[in-house]
Formats: sequence, structure tokens, C-alpha cells
Amino acid sequence: MEELNKVYWKGIEELTNDVEFVKHAEKEFPQDLPETKQGEENNRRDFLKLMGFSVAAASLVACEAPIKKAIPFLNKPENLDPSIPNYYASTYFEAGDYASVVVKTREGRPIKIEGNSLSTISKGKTSARAQASILNLYDGQRYQSFMQAKKPAKMQDVDKLIKDKLKAASNIRILSSTIISPSTKAIVKEFKETYPSTKHVTYDSLSQYGLTQAHKEGFGVEAVPSYDFSKAKVIVSFGCDFLGTWISPIEFSGQYAQMRKLNSKEHKEAKMSKHFQFEARMSMTGANADFRVPVKASQEITLLATLYSKLKGTDAKAKDANVEVALQKAAKELLEAKGESLVVSGSNDTNAQILVAAINNELGNYSATIDITTPLNTYQGNEKQVNDLIDDIKSGGVDAIIFYGVNPVYDHPRGEELKAALSKVGLKISFASQPDETTDLCDFVCSDNHYLESWGDAEPRKGYYSLTQPTITPIFSTRQAQESLLIWSGNDKPYYDYLRTFLSKDLFKKQTKYKGFDNFFTGILHDGVLVTSGAAAIVENDEVKKDDKEAKKEDKPVKKAGKFEGDAESAIVKVNEYKDGGLEVITYQKVSLGNGAYANNPWLQEMPDPITKACWANYASMSPKTAKEKGLSNGNVIKVTAGKTSFEVPVLLQPGQADNTVAVAVGYGRKISGKVGTNVGANVFPLAAKAYESGNISKTDKTDEVAQTQTHNTIMGRSIIQEASLPDYKAKPNAGRIYPHISSADGKSYKPYDVTLWKGYQYHNHSWGLVIDLNSCTGCSACTVACQIENNVPVVGKKEVLMRREMHWIRIDRYYSSPEGATSFSDLEKEAVNPEVTFMPMMCQHCNNAPCETVCPVLATTHSSEGLNQMAYNRCIGTRYCANNCPYKVRRFNWFHYAEDDRFTDVNYVQTSDLGKMVINPDVTVRSRGVMEKCSLCVQRIQAGKLQAKKDKRQVKDGEIKTACQQVCPTDAITFGDMNDMESKISKALGIAKEVKKGEHGHADETVYSMKEPRAYHVLEEINVKPQVSYLTKIRNNDKKLKADKGHGGHEGGH
Amino acid sequence: MIMLTNKTKKSKSTHHYWRGACLCLLAFVFSINLAFAQADSTKKDAAAAGGAGGGADLEVGKRLWEGNCTSCHAVSAEVVVGPGLKGILERRTIEWLIPWVKNSQAVIKSGDKYAVELFAKYNKSVMTSFNFKDDEIKAIFAYVDKASKEVAVIKDPPPGPPGAQTPSQSDSSGYFNLMLGILVTVLFLIFAVLLVMLSMVSKFLKQKDGDLSIEDREVVHQKFDVLSVFQSRAVLGGVALLFVLFVLKTTLDGITNIGVQQGYAPTQPIAFSHKLHAGQYEIDCGYCHTGVYKGKSATIPSANICMNCHNSIKRGSPEIQKIYKAIENNKPIEWVRIHNLPDLAYFNHAQHTNVAGLACEKCHGEIKEMEVVQQRAPLTMGWCINCHRQTVVEHAKDNKYYDRLIEAHDKYQKGSPMTVENIGGLECAKCHY
Repeated sequence: MEELNKVYWKGIEELTNDVEFVKHAEKEFPQDLPETKQGEENNRRDFLKLMGFSVAAASLVACEAPIKKAIPFLNKPENLDPSIPNYYASTYFEAGDYASVVVKTREGRPIKIEGNSLSTISKGKTSARAQASILNLYDGQRYQSFMQAKKPAKMQDVDKLIKDKLKAASNIRILSSTIISPSTKAIVKEFKETYPSTKHVTYDSLSQYGLTQAHKEGFGVEAVPSYDFSKAKVIVSFGCDFLGTWISPIEFSGQYAQMRKLNSKEHKEAKMSKHFQFEARMSMTGANADFRVPVKASQEITLLATLYSKLKGTDAKAKDANVEVALQKAAKELLEAKGESLVVSGSNDTNAQILVAAINNELGNYSATIDITTPLNTYQGNEKQVNDLIDDIKSGGVDAIIFYGVNPVYDHPRGEELKAALSKVGLKISFASQPDETTDLCDFVCSDNHYLESWGDAEPRKGYYSLTQPTITPIFSTRQAQESLLIWSGNDKPYYDYLRTFLSKDLFKKQTKYKGFDNFFTGILHDGVLVTSGAAAIVENDEVKKDDKEAKKEDKPVKKAGKFEGDAESAIVKVNEYKDGGLEVITYQKVSLGNGAYANNPWLQEMPDPITKACWANYASMSPKTAKEKGLSNGNVIKVTAGKTSFEVPVLLQPGQADNTVAVAVGYGRKISGKVGTNVGANVFPLAAKAYESGNISKTDKTDEVAQTQTHNTIMGRSIIQEASLPDYKAKPNAGRIYPHISSADGKSYKPYDVTLWKGYQYHNHSWGLVIDLNSCTGCSACTVACQIENNVPVVGKKEVLMRREMHWIRIDRYYSSPEGATSFSDLEKEAVNPEVTFMPMMCQHCNNAPCETVCPVLATTHSSEGLNQMAYNRCIGTRYCANNCPYKVRRFNWFHYAEDDRFTDVNYVQTSDLGKMVINPDVTVRSRGVMEKCSLCVQRIQAGKLQAKKDKRQVKDGEIKTACQQVCPTDAITFGDMNDMESKISKALGIAKEVKKGEHGHADETVYSMKEPRAYHVLEEINVKPQVSYLTKIRNNDKKLKADKGHGGHEGGH
Repeated sequence: MIMLTNKTKKSKSTHHYWRGACLCLLAFVFSINLAFAQADSTKKDAAAAGGAGGGADLEVGKRLWEGNCTSCHAVSAEVVVGPGLKGILERRTIEWLIPWVKNSQAVIKSGDKYAVELFAKYNKSVMTSFNFKDDEIKAIFAYVDKASKEVAVIKDPPPGPPGAQTPSQSDSSGYFNLMLGILVTVLFLIFAVLLVMLSMVSKFLKQKDGDLSIEDREVVHQKFDVLSVFQSRAVLGGVALLFVLFVLKTTLDGITNIGVQQGYAPTQPIAFSHKLHAGQYEIDCGYCHTGVYKGKSATIPSANICMNCHNSIKRGSPEIQKIYKAIENNKPIEWVRIHNLPDLAYFNHAQHTNVAGLACEKCHGEIKEMEVVQQRAPLTMGWCINCHRQTVVEHAKDNKYYDRLIEAHDKYQKGSPMTVENIGGLECAKCHY
């Protein structure tokens, strides 16, 4: 095998050769197996008792089978057939996160959320949170009826009381999260007309107030503009996690990835966007950047002024030499790509955002990559009004308040103040559907429906509409907030009727696509989305798109942004007031939990963070250097004091983080939530108001291990990641590829696939496979959650994750590498300051020469004639030989019967509670204790797709079968398909070539398929397991010539 | 001395011969039985796999007739809901019938005398409108015409379901039974003759007592002690062994049959007769079990499907009153589930009925004869696998999906029929995931 010029390491433990790590390094499973509860040791008598019981039970079972009932509908709805799924278009919107979705229902129950491919915003993609949102519907902790003084109450009684109280009130406030539904806004207006003292305040817990205010000052439009990363050749981001959490990550990820797709046939002209990231903590976006520069949080803001000056041609310089080099380079690249670049900042400071707007204006990006004429409506929060409201409440100036979709007591920096002051408000109503900190203080809870039980409309962006439709009747006696508001306004019309009337007057008039209202309504319900003529329509089909674009160039009116009128000079002055804060404590939101509204969602709690791979708590991440200075190591609990608050969290060492910064995620530390979300981590929202606070940390004598899913499985120093830089790739499309060779006894060197004991398989019909583009994967982990839902993967909880027993079928391995190259582990230490990051989705590789298959003593894992490595759970006896023999460590063992075991009822309520079970996919077995499981390439979907083709008497069409991970992926990094179908996307991506080998000795001819794509490789090719899953090399647009391909470059298209 | 030892050896070896002969006999009988069983099952399957002939038009007509018409009409003169259609083409012209099928109400409204009278005669129950093509309607009536004539000829009994025993099969097994009988008789005769000869020889030797040596005399005078035979170790051991084997077999059979509900025929809340509906009235299975060609589950019909006909038929029957009650009380009918496949096995009706074109009877037995439905197949994995091994994929020819599979089969296994097994029908992940 070729010597690697780069050494990858999966975590600090591996780098520093941690004692604990070395101990576990070669073991897949931990040695200690605390299976039994304490004081419950089994002995011989127990065994005999148990045996006696089982014999008795078995004979009883043999005597009489239990009677099972089959209960059909009384009156079956026409389009609803048991066992056949139905799909309904709807809209997901939560805390700024928008996606047009299609809801899969079985037997009348929503079981899965998919993206709506007709949507021009989310483009058929969803995020982990949108995926997981379905579980909130089946959360047993939901309010099951209206509540009055924390006791269940009847709707009519509550309505009457509230109406009377509202009539008596003279200062009513509605505090809502951003409302993107035009009809809901009309209802609020109607409510205001009935109760004229009402004021509506919009509050986003993680708002874009700075951004909207900057655009108000700059362009007179108080809104978040639309961004188009697919047109940006140079992206410079200052602490902005636009791929993970900023404004519209699903959309931005897709656009971003478009600029990073490569076609090896035209490798000489290959183009990629160039991405600079200046940030304090290591964000998911930073991990994807071509140039990542760690800077302190204060600098994230002040560097904007430096960059602005540089672009203006003045001689401003960053203090730090390394930063200066990078910034100089960024400025140069930006000036070369005027009108085709983007500068973004994650800051919520108005002055910072004015500077960003000024920079983008200077570069001519408005009306090119930024569009302020079709703004987004997803962030309308007004921080000033919210602060005024809190002041009003404190001064007793409010006598009735309605909370709609917000939880300010928890997630507002002044939450504690509000909590104390709320007693002064006479009438407090909440529409929350689950208990939370704010609702707990309310007199009435008029619990809202889950969005899957609701009607609605949405206008996430000017001119872009989508509808929400119920996919199930309300499970509990809850009522849509809109309907409650209507009733209190004295309008007894059901919201559905109201919505229809509203649409007929509003949206129906704005469009030309449908004639007749009923046509319009069914049409838009079916499609889920509608773009009015005001906004540019983008056609979904790729081929049409190309022609369309040409055509549109002429007649599409060029949208001109107004003249920029912001005052950049005074902004610079203000921005420069951000001084170095010593030890800077910063907050951020996690890709998984966001603002913590979904804290009770175990799927999200267990989703590993893309960077730290930690779950089930927040922690203080800091650079190893800072930690060393403070005498801290992983798992030490520290007390962080900053601003007016202090809290205790464990430490997590994060390479790449700026020194002297401590980053802690918001969204944790919920005091009142469900069983899953309560008291997980610490609440740091009090710090969220500012970009950073200077603070102190002190070590406590406590330790609290952070549950991480990585560093458990070692990489063994093998060439798993293969990567190159763009210039190298341009010169040679197989740059970075490593072609291992095997030495044989005769002293010759062979390609690994040429020396084999295996007969191999021939796939005559299908040859299913996956190809994963490492260049597109951003690490967002939506696939992990989508797979978990599709395949009934259990949630195991923090304790089990700590024992490395998480059950995810697909994991995203995150590898750090040192760009300078090294020859030994110890060499790496000094370069760990700012590692390069690669994400690698890893799931069962469906090996043709599968090591797991050969060691299974009971043939529970076998090979199919379509290239799948199949797992028969009922045959498995749990020897775990297969997991031990799996080179990719993708097999998961059921240590417990997670669906029945009472120790998992809290975390795994998905499978243990009657309500949670409704979300289980009926086509996939819920695995029992003692069996192995793993990725099946969504065999249930393959079978369903094949059956459809058979019913239609045709071949399977490429793209009609999608795996769950592929379907959700916002960047299309994963492609599934039939590698025997030469026209399929996967065959093209891999450059599959078909060759017929003449059969010898009277044998029939053999068809051989081989990969010709220079970027394509199999992980661990040297062990000759021949996976069905292939990867495409990671290409970084970072000029740097790696020392790579010396010597072996000649083996292009190797095997 | 030497002689003596020889003799004793001899007598022992005769014992051995006897035992050997018995065992051989047993083994022979068993093996014959097994051979029969195998021959039987292959024959049945071959019979079941055979396709039906007939003109294309009649095929179309038959399919449409069974799928849409049989719930209200019979090919005989019998009245089901609407009139029996025997001799319909003599009564009415096809030109009249086509608009009638498409929209009978329109014909009535147009004032057609026959139509108005017909409507009045059948309690003004409205015939469903069918959106068929003209050719399809013609095909239906062509089939009805043909079928009504056939019914007149055959009358009784109704056509037997495929897979049931045919006369030729019972003939062949009878022949084998006869052969077996003869063989056993012959063996017993040989045994008897041997006994007779033995007694004759010993009598003769006893008469010549004086001529015999001491050793020989001993043998001749030896008494055949039945008791000692039964008390001998070999016999006792053999009996004990047989007993243990028997107990073992019963236990094993018992264990493997846990959860196997073959023959399960519970009483249902409503005494619905498949014999009447599917048998006598020949209502297509898919008419009530709406999912059977579409999806995984065949579905138990909802009450509104019953109401399609029982709105007007036999309203007074106490059993049908139960359906009315259920609808009135808004309480669904709780049928007892008969076929309980374990959750770990995935079975899809559409694959077998729609794609493979299997008859329902293949697994569900002669459902058209069942007053109370019974589980006929064991629904064990062995049963599934067996069928997948033996069934030839006949439907693949007309289904483009199978093109690549047929191509490969022709290439690598030409000559042998393509069974489900050959195209991956035995792989785990076809049913377990």
C-alpha cells in the first residue's frame, strides 16, 4: 500500500494517544457488558425456573393460538387502501426553517416526511429537523385538551371565559413567532379590529434583526433578502453557518453544492466556488470551507471593517499575520469576482450587517447573488418591540397576552425578568401544544394542533406560496390557533372555510395558472406550492430548465435593487468598538436542536453534532491550547461565568476553534419540557443577545463525559479519505487517488482485485449501489435522521451512546487532517490548531466479497442476486462475529429489546409508547434483542419500486427508487441506482463500462462492469471486499499542491 | 468342539438374517410411501401451473365480467340483483346494450319502452354506469353468450378449482396402493411358506433323531421360546429405541407446528358464506377484497361494499341485519383474522395475484366451496419456499420487467424452466426486512 502523505485522525483522543482510547482502539465493542440491573444476577435456579416457564409457555402456545381481529372500515374512503401509502403535500415551518414537504401516510397515519420536489425553494429536500418534526405529532407529552389553571378544561367554557376577559382588557398583546401565513395575518388583523387595544409583536428566538435593520437602513426594505449561493464563485463568510443554521440552510446547501459538483470529462475546465470562512468556533460551514481561518468572535465583526477598507483600496490590515494573508487573498478573489460573489456574516449586529451590505453593494452583488426585491418572510422578529414589550409587562402596562409559537421565558435573554414580571399580566394565554417554560405560567392553554393536523397557507418568500393540509384528524381535543383567534374575534366560521374565502380573494386573484377557484384549490393542494408571476418561476426538470433559462434571459425583467444608502463609515466606527474580550464566551445553535423548541424529540437529541459528534447535551468547546492553559481536558465540568449569568457544562476539546474562546450551544437546559428534553445540558440563552461576552471559567471537581459517537471507532491509519486540490485535479482527474498494491509470495505486486479467493457474483438483473460525492457532503446529518425514521432505528439514550451502542445505520464520519502533512501521529500535534475536515457518510458497503457473510454461523447474513448484503433478523442468533469481521464497522447490535424494555421508555418513546408506535414504518421489522442490524439499502423501497414496475410491465426507471438518505440529502451527495442500467445516474457518475468476456471451456459469456470515473474509489480497496458503495474524491479549491500522487499516478482507471 | 462353535455361530447368524429382513421390509414400505408423496406433490403443482386457453376477446370479456358484473348478474337465467343474462343477445341487440351499459339512466330517460319497463320490474334499482369501450362491451356479451351455453351443458357440478385432486391423480395413487398391497401379501406368503418349510424340516429331523450328532440334536430339539425372544436385549432395545424415536418425532412435530394454524376455521361474527358469494354467484374475489391486486394486503371488505348489493337483497336476513346494525351504531365489524402471517415475514398479494397471476385458490384452497373459511395452507416458510422452488415463472414472458432475467436464464441455464428460485425467489431479503 502506498504511503500516505496525510494522516487522518478522528478525534483528539487518537491524536494524543489517550490511554482510554488506546485501550479501546482495537475493539469494536466494550468489554464490560452490564446487562443486568443491579442485584439481579441470574443463577442456576433462575435458569431452571425460566426453563420450566418457557416449556410451559411453549406448550400453552401450542394448544391455543391467540385470536386476532381484523377490523375493516365501516365506510372505506375511496382513495385509502390499507397497506398502500398516500402522499399529501404540506408545509413545514418552524423557527425560520421552511420546507415544502410531502407527507407519507399509511392507514391514515403520517409516517414519514419527504421533500416536495415541486418546490423551488426547498427543491424536494428537507432538514433533520423537518424530518423529525413528525414525531412531535405522536409525543405523549402534548397537551391533550385545553387547560385552565393547569387542569383540563372544555373548549366552550374556556372560550367564554377568555372572550369575557379580553373584552375587559385594555392592553392586549399577541407575542408570536414569525408568521408566514397570509391568512393568519389577516386573522390577527381581524382580532385587532375586534380588540383595538391589541398589539402584535413578532419574536424570533434566534432572530435576524441585525440583518433586517441593515437592509432597512441600506435599501429601505426591512426584510431578509434572498441569497443565491449557486451564482457565487467566491464566498466569504464571517462566522456565518449558512449550511447548517443560517436563515435557509436547506436551500443554501443545495445552491452551494451546485457550485462544487465536478465532471471529470471536463476536468481541465473544472470550476468550483472558493469559500473563505473566518470564524471562532468550528462550524459545519467552516468545516466545508476551502480556507478556514480561526479568529476570535470579536474579530469576526471587526474584520468586516478591515475587508471593507481593503476593497475600497485603503491600507487596512488585520493584526494577526495569518489572518491578514487570508483576508488579503479573500479581498483579491472578491474583486476578481464582482457580481459573482457573496459576503455573509452570522452576526446579529446591525452595524456589522450594514458593513456586509456595503461590501456586497461595493462588489455589485445586489441583484446578482442577493435579491432584496423578493425578500424572505421567514424572519420578521423585531427585537426592539420585544424588549419594549418586556418593559411594558414589567411596568404593568399589559393586562392580556397571547403567546403563539414562542417560549420567551426560556429562550429570550431576558427570560428570567419576564418570568418574574408575568404575574402582573391578568390574562395569559398560550397556544403551545407541549408544556414549556412560558406556558407553565399561563392561565389558559388553548393547545394548537400539530401542523400535520392543520390547514394553512404560507408565503415564505415574496410571491412563493405553499399550503398546509391536515394528514390526520386531530389526535387530541386541540384546536388550531387560527380558529381560536377567529372564535374570540366573534367569527364562528371554521378556519378551513375562512382560508378558502381568503385564498379566493387573495392568492387566486394573483395567479393565472388555474381557472376557477375549485380547480385552483385542488391544484395547489395537490402540488403544495405555487409561484405567482411576480416571482421568477424555476422549472424543476433539468432539461427544460436549460432551455428555459436561455429564453428567460431576454424577457425576464432585471430586478434592480434600490440604491444603497447605508452609512458604512459610521458603521466602521461602531464595529471597531468591539474590543478583544479576553476569554470570549459565545453561543451558537446546533444543526440538530436549533432553538430548543424540539428538545423533546429524541431523534434530534441523539443526532450527533456534525463536528463534535456529540449528542444528548451541550458542552463548552474550546481549543486544545486554551484547555491546556486552563488545565482542562475532555469531560471536566467547568463553571462558566459571563455577563450576568453562570452555568456548568463539561469541556470538549475542539481543534480548529480560536484560542481563548468558549462556545456553548443554545437549545439545551430546558426546565419544562417532556421526559426527553427536560434538564438536558445548560441554558445559555441569557448570553445569546450579544455576539460574545467576556467571561471566566473555573474548573469544578465534577466530571461529566460527553456522549460522542465518534472516536469510538478507529480509522487504523488507512487511506479511507482520498482527496486533492482543484489545481491538481485539473491537471489530472485522478489526483489524490491512492491505488493500493498487494505483494505476493512471488515477489510481484498486484492490484488487490486481481488476487482473489472469491468467485464473485454476477448480477443479471439489477446491481444496486450507491455513490457518494465527498465533495458535496456538508455533514448536515439529515440522512442519519431520515434513515432512522424510515428504518425504525431505535433511540438508545446518552448512557448507551457512551458505551458506543448507538444504532444509527448511517453515520457521518468526520475526519480531521492536517494540511501540512505528517508522517507520524506525534507530528500532527502542532498542526491541530486548524485542521482540514472531511465528512464521509458511512453505511453498509454491501460488499461483494463480504467478510460478514463468511463468518455468520447461521447464514443470517447472505448475498442477494441484486448486489445486496441481506440481513435476516429472525435467523440471527447474535454471535456478533459479523460485526467483528466488518472492516467498516457499520453493523449495529441490539443489546436490548429497545421497543419493549422499560429502561428505554423515556428516550425511545417512539417505539415503546402506543402513540409513538404510530410513526413506525409498517414495512420494516422492529428488531428484537440479540440480533444484528445494518443498512439494507432501503430494501423495502427497492421491493416496492420493483413491484410497481412489474405491475406496469416495464423495467424499473432510474430515479423512481430512492433510498431515504438520498431523498433527504440537500446537496445530492448520495446517488442510488442500478449499476447494470447504463443510463442510470449512478452508472454515469461512476463511468460504468460494460464489457463482455468470452466464456472459456464452453462456459457462457460473462458481462463485466467496471468503474472508469477517475474520482471514484472504494473504501479499503486493498482488502478486496469489492463494495457496491463507491465514493468520489474530495476536491478542495485551495491551490495548495499536496505532495500526493508520486509514482502511482500511472494507474488511471486502475481496476 | 470346533463343530460346536460353528453351529452356535450359525444359529446366531440366522437371527441376524431375520432381523435384517424385517428392517429391509420396513425400509422398503417407508421408501415407497415417500416416493408417492413426492410424485403426488409434483403432479399437483404441474397441474396448477397449467394455463387456460381461449380467444383474446373472450378473455377480456371474462375478466371484465368477473370483475364488474357478477355481483348483480348471472350468466344463467337466475336473478341476482339484476336480470340473468341467459339469451340476452337474442332478447336485445348489441346496439341497444352498449348505451345501456354505459349509462342506463340516460336510456331510461330517453323514454325507451323496454328500458322503462325493465327499470320498473327490478324495483327501480339503478345499474352502475361503466366507462367501457364498445369493443369491451361486445367482448363481455360474447363471453356471457358463450358461458351461458356452457352452463346449460354442464349445469352441475361447478368447475373445480385448480389444485384440487383430479381423477387421474387419484387413479395413479390407487394403482400404487394396489401394488403395495400385492407386494405385502407376497412377502407374507413367502414368510408363511418359509415357516411351513421350517416346521417340516424340523419334524423330519426329529423322526431321524438317532442319526443325528449330539450337537445337531440339540439344535433340532431346541424349543422356540416366544417369551425369551421378547425378553431378549435386541427386542427390548429395539422397542425402547422405537419408542424414543416416536416420542422425539411427535415432540419435534409439535414444536415445528407451534403457531401453525392449518385448518383454523373460527366462527365469524357474521356467518358470511364464501360458498354462496364466490361459489354460487361467482362474484370475483377482487370485488370485495379490493386490495388484492393493488397492494400488500387483500383487505377485508368494508361494510359499504356489502351494502352495494345488500341495499336491496335479503334485507331481512338476521345475518345481514348485523351489517345494518354495525352501520347504524357506527361500530366496525370485528372479523376474526384467519391467516396470520408473522410480522417478520413480508408478503405482498399484488406480487402474486397481479404480477404472477396466481389464482386465489392456490393458497386459500377451494374457497368457493367453503361455508366457513378455513386456513388451508400451513403458511410456514417451508411451504413458501417449496412453492418458490417448483413454480415456473410463466408470466415473465409478457412482462418487460423480466426481460433481463429471461435473457440471463436462457444464457446460463438454457433448457430448464425458469422457476421463482432461479430469479432470486429464495433470497432472505425478498420476504424479510
